[in-house]
Amino acid sequence: MDQPIIELRGVVKSFGPVDVLKGVNFTAYPGKITALVGDNGAGKSTLIKGLAGVQPYDDGEVLFNGEPVNLHTPRDAAHLGIEVVYQDLALCDNLDIVQNMFLGREELAAGTFDEGVMEREAAETLRQLSVRTVKSVRQKVSSLSGGQRQTVAIARSVLKKAKVVILDEPTAALGVAQTAQVLALVKRLAEQGVSVVIISHNLVDVFEVADYISVLYLGQMVASVETSKTTNEDVIGYITGAKTYEGEHA
Amino acid sequence: MSGEQGTSAPTSTPPTDSTTALSALSTEALIGSGQEGGLMDQVRAWLQRVRGGDMGALPAVGGFVVLSILFTILSPFFFTERNFANLLTQAATLVMLGMALVFVLLLGEIDLSAGVTAGLTMVIFVVLIAVVNLNWVLALAIAFLTGIAIGTFIGFFVAKVGIPSFVVTLGLFLGFQGLELIIIGAGGLYRVETPEILAIQNGTLPPWGGWVMLAVMLAISAGTSFLDRSRRTRAGVPNRTIALVWAKLITILVLGGIVVAILNQNRGTGFKAIEGVPIVVPITLAILWLGTFVLDRTKFGRYIYAVGGNAEAARRSGVKVATIRWCAFIVCSSLAVVAGLFSISKVGSVDAAAGRDIVLSGVAAAVVGGVSLFGGRGRLIHAAIGALVIAVITNGLGLLNLPAGVNYAVTGGVLILAATVDAISRKRAGGSILRT
Repeated sequence: MDQPIIELRGVVKSFGPVDVLKGVNFTAYPGKITALVGDNGAGKSTLIKGLAGVQPYDDGEVLFNGEPVNLHTPRDAAHLGIEVVYQDLALCDNLDIVQNMFLGREELAAGTFDEGVMEREAAETLRQLSVRTVKSVRQKVSSLSGGQRQTVAIARSVLKKAKVVILDEPTAALGVAQTAQVLALVKRLAEQGVSVVIISHNLVDVFEVADYISVLYLGQMVASVETSKTTNEDVIGYITGAKTYEGEHA
Repeated sequence: MSGEQGTSAPTSTPPTDSTTALSALSTEALIGSGQEGGLMDQVRAWLQRVRGGDMGALPAVGGFVVLSILFTILSPFFFTERNFANLLTQAATLVMLGMALVFVLLLGEIDLSAGVTAGLTMVIFVVLIAVVNLNWVLALAIAFLTGIAIGTFIGFFVAKVGIPSFVVTLGLFLGFQGLELIIIGAGGLYRVETPEILAIQNGTLPPWGGWVMLAVMLAISAGTSFLDRSRRTRAGVPNRTIALVWAKLITILVLGGIVVAILNQNRGTGFKAIEGVPIVVPITLAILWLGTFVLDRTKFGRYIYAVGGNAEAARRSGVKVATIRWCAFIVCSSLAVVAGLFSISKVGSVDAAAGRDIVLSGVAAAVVGGVSLFGGRGRLIHAAIGALVIAVITNGLGLLNLPAGVNYAVTGGVLILAATVDAISRKRAGGSILRT
């Protein structure tokens, strides 16, 4: 098997007396979609926040392309090409798509915005992701639907050639058609070689897009399996703790 | 569903699977930029935005025109050269204060102390000259430093300590009135003797100076427009039709030409001719242009809008939210000092109540002009137009010899009307989130 782009070995995180992550191993591969599932309180968000550099792990090893790295600030994560798309979409309603995609990393020429370059790159990124639902990159985000917003948020994450994109519940608030749109977008991300980590409660979505499924249960990684080698019932069993995974961790 | 139907952009056979999509990259424009099409397409797109609730200064401009026509009919003095110049100088203080407030209103914050900041710094300014016998330039520098210090103080408590700006600035609103009283004493009054300060509102440009001013405006407007176009061309993205640039330049030329021509008429009543554009006009226009430039084209400006729109999103994007808030309050207080200068230049004196009444008019000016109190929406020009509307009301009702009470009642009514327009347009713009 290929070398994982991200490998966590025995990461530990506690908040006071509460051990949220109790020595978790996790891997994600380039060009593959890894679903991270688990019940509320299993530690999914904590695991992600560690990868994003927002809440560093207390202990354990983080390998990026096989090299040990430190993830202590969001800047560290961004530097490695790790981008997170949060559940509550981090977009500004009053700005347009280009302005949102470049927020915090605007292209300047002579100290002022080079709107032309930003507009071109934003449009190119959306085009690469085969986004066809937005009419104009100069639309205000307030005029977009939920699915379109999610699309913009994802496109924003890959604008600067991200290597790993972490999606937190990308389809939670969406209708059927828009969920399909976003899932198709997620697949295209992986086809372009990006390693995608997707957190979801919706197992139907997970089985539709994921190559691997990793299950967290009370702060421990109880199963990491290839999607093709498991079933919906098994995964539900792992999530609820009703079933124990016997095989080797993928 | 409006957005979803937008796929009707000029797409030739959209690729069905992503591999062909990648190969088709950059050969076909699937997504537009809103810049395509001729003049009529642009007008149509603009009408659509207005219908969608993005009205900007449109209601205020309409109000200004309607009120001006109304007062012209009702009073023979309203549309005279003298009153026209008078209107501009009366409005100048409010225009400047409204523009100052835009910087904090865009963040969804408020500065209730902006008026008394103007007042207190002017009290300090005149007392330093009259009592301490300080050079006026030095006194002015101290007044500005005081303004910056006040903004720093407010910004610290709002951005770092986390007290609502309403509370901090209400405290200063009361405190500064006390300070003014302590410095000047109840009933005290200082005359402004500095000719340079009095000249701001009472001096005029020579008639040719007004035309030079207009020429500079046209040159800057044309320059930025063509620079933008060349940058977009270099980046390979479409430009709006050039007819729009000409339309803008012709509008400036015609409207500006009429204003300068009127102001260049002799409006004096005695032997001495009074003619030319009041000096306050080019000062205000320069600050308006500079502020708009910062808000539209620099990171600081963009981040003010971003923080006002969604502070959490801005923070996650790496924007230093606290610093932006802090700086906005400093800009607001500094521009309030300029508003104070305009005010004492017009009034000719400073008393212990300086700046007490004006701050809510400043907020009203911004809101009437289309700046949202909820943050994230509005431009400097909106505050300027809103201030002109309020000045027209005050001026017109004054000419009709109506009691001051009517003035307050009408201004209040206009403010509520404007806030209603703001709320409705917000609802419309936001409503599309739900229409998925």
